[in-house]
Amino acid sequence: MNFEEYAAKPVLAAAGIAVPASRLAQTPDEAKAAAEAIGPCVVKAQVPTGKRGKAGGIQLADTPDQARAHAAKIIGMEIGGHTVEKVLVEAKSDIAREFYAAILNDPETKGPMVMFSTEGGMDIEEIAAETPEKLRKTPVDIRKGLSLEAARAMLDGLDLDGAEDRVAEVLVKLYAAYRTNDAELLEINPLIVTGSGDVMALDCKFVMDDSGIKRQPDLAPKGTPDKLSALEVMGEGHGIKYIELEGDVVVLANGAGLTMTTMDVVRHYGGRPANFCEIGGEAYTKGKAALEMVLAKPGVKSLVVNFCGAFARCDVMMGGLLEAWDEVNPDIPVFFSIAGTGDEEAIAMLKEKLDMDPLPNMDAACKAAADAARAGG
Amino acid sequence: MHICRKDHRVIVQGITGKQGTFWTERMQEYGTGIVGGVNPKKAGTTHCGVPVHASVVDAAKEGTVDATVMFIPPLGMKAAALDAIEGGAKLIVCLTEHVPVQDVMYVMAAAKERGTTIIGPNTAGTVTVGECFLGFMPAFNARIFQPGNVGVISRSGSLATLMCQNITAAGYGIKAFLGIGGDPIIGTTTLDALQALDQFEGVEAIAMVGEIGGAMEEAAAEYAATMDKPIAAFIAGGAAPAGKKMGHAGAIVMGDKGTYASKKSALEAAGVTVLDTPSQVGDALKAGFAAG
Repeated sequence: MNFEEYAAKPVLAAAGIAVPASRLAQTPDEAKAAAEAIGPCVVKAQVPTGKRGKAGGIQLADTPDQARAHAAKIIGMEIGGHTVEKVLVEAKSDIAREFYAAILNDPETKGPMVMFSTEGGMDIEEIAAETPEKLRKTPVDIRKGLSLEAARAMLDGLDLDGAEDRVAEVLVKLYAAYRTNDAELLEINPLIVTGSGDVMALDCKFVMDDSGIKRQPDLAPKGTPDKLSALEVMGEGHGIKYIELEGDVVVLANGAGLTMTTMDVVRHYGGRPANFCEIGGEAYTKGKAALEMVLAKPGVKSLVVNFCGAFARCDVMMGGLLEAWDEVNPDIPVFFSIAGTGDEEAIAMLKEKLDMDPLPNMDAACKAAADAARAGG
Repeated sequence: MHICRKDHRVIVQGITGKQGTFWTERMQEYGTGIVGGVNPKKAGTTHCGVPVHASVVDAAKEGTVDATVMFIPPLGMKAAALDAIEGGAKLIVCLTEHVPVQDVMYVMAAAKERGTTIIGPNTAGTVTVGECFLGFMPAFNARIFQPGNVGVISRSGSLATLMCQNITAAGYGIKAFLGIGGDPIIGTTTLDALQALDQFEGVEAIAMVGEIGGAMEEAAAEYAATMDKPIAAFIAGGAAPAGKKMGHAGAIVMGDKGTYASKKSALEAAGVTVLDTPSQVGDALKAGFAAG
């Protein structure tokens, strides 16, 4: 889960990293009032995406009236598919140097990775592509943590204008914040040195590990959940993973891998999947809710049900579906493929209730659904 | 990495729960050498015909523990895995989904130091056909698992079930299956599993089931290029939109990273047959064996 700048910076501040004074504003008048309290400032769009500066979402204001005018323009702006609803009014900083610092979960070393570059302000992909020699990386043994010595060592040989020790301290605090808050990425970009030699975080990107949300009850509500469609919200409520897509062939399967594959095979046979909907894992008893949801999308033309039981039993999933059948009354062609744990029972249930047989395999079922959608077109 | 064998002594962590009980019975019927279970609250009792211990460390006092399989909730995984490592298990199969990644990394660091193999998290487990299985794969279903000479690797349990069924229906059989899990950071990678199966006696061909996200298939491709045995691969998620987690935490395309196209081209450059649909696996194996 992403945290917007205004929600991410307090995480740094709590770890003892300096951040500029700021106030959140939801209207131009609030921005003006904030600027009156803060003085010369920067008005920054708050959206869960990067490239705010390039989109015109970050503006300098010397006076409260300028801050008000900028806020009036920025609020309501579209940036990366998000409408700006609030701005952060932040004290203007005297920037002498701009660095990049981050801690992230690294799949290669299977541990935390500390990243630092003297080229702040650019995004990490640009730094890695354009000045890879300036990007320092240090893997950390998570059982031991990041020591000040190790942080200082990774900065060896870099000219930080005498701020080396203070930057090393920031890295150690950043690592502590990363650990405390179940971050998968905690990034300061830029980390600045001011004219008077202070080291400060000017922007912060914080992504919380979704699996850590349950044990972060105080912090998690401050994050920005993904934008979901009405049906996706319904899926979340039922504990079913549902992702809405653009096509018209409804896909219902168990397990993430099998569901993705059902989409792939529908597309292989010329169909367009309408959704990703999986009822495997803990959701395997939720056949009824799943059926109602996948058919609620307007304009769908056929349905492929693909069960391959392992942990999730085919007969349990089929039971849920058939229970909902009369109520939901699907009026589009339906094609089944059934295999694995509980398959014989599930096939017998299908025969008894709907007098239907499954197709011999998933390819046949996906092809039939793709063909039916085109014919229904 | 270690692959489970018939003579291995296995402990089930979380044996007394509903799923732990159901799958322990299935594993016992199949021949897995389950010598005990763990539940600190029920230590001293007997469950599924085996003693329940307070910890793996305690269980190890009564004989070597070769492997454990964990039916443990997400926030209990770290402590349970550290207990299994301390108890001397060489192989730990972690089935649990939604384990915080920093907990996983902590366990990985401890496991690396001791030479312990972690499989998962978020895996359906492993099957050594005709010998034993760990987890919740339908090893006992004769239409899905028949003995043979194919080694199967998968990030997904459901898709592995389908792939194994297709291999069996095509008249081939399976020597060993390694489910590696759908999380972004896992103990045994595609490359680790490929190397282990390549060296496992009786494996003459590989079926690999990957997914979009990460770079594990690309890393495995470098090793695949050095192998003589035929390899057929299916990568799930070609039709998935970018920027969405497709059910598995690890199955996400970010920008140009982790794409279907990248994995397909890396594998094909290594001489791997990349399948359009899982049903093509039988033909690919037939062609691979004929060419070899």
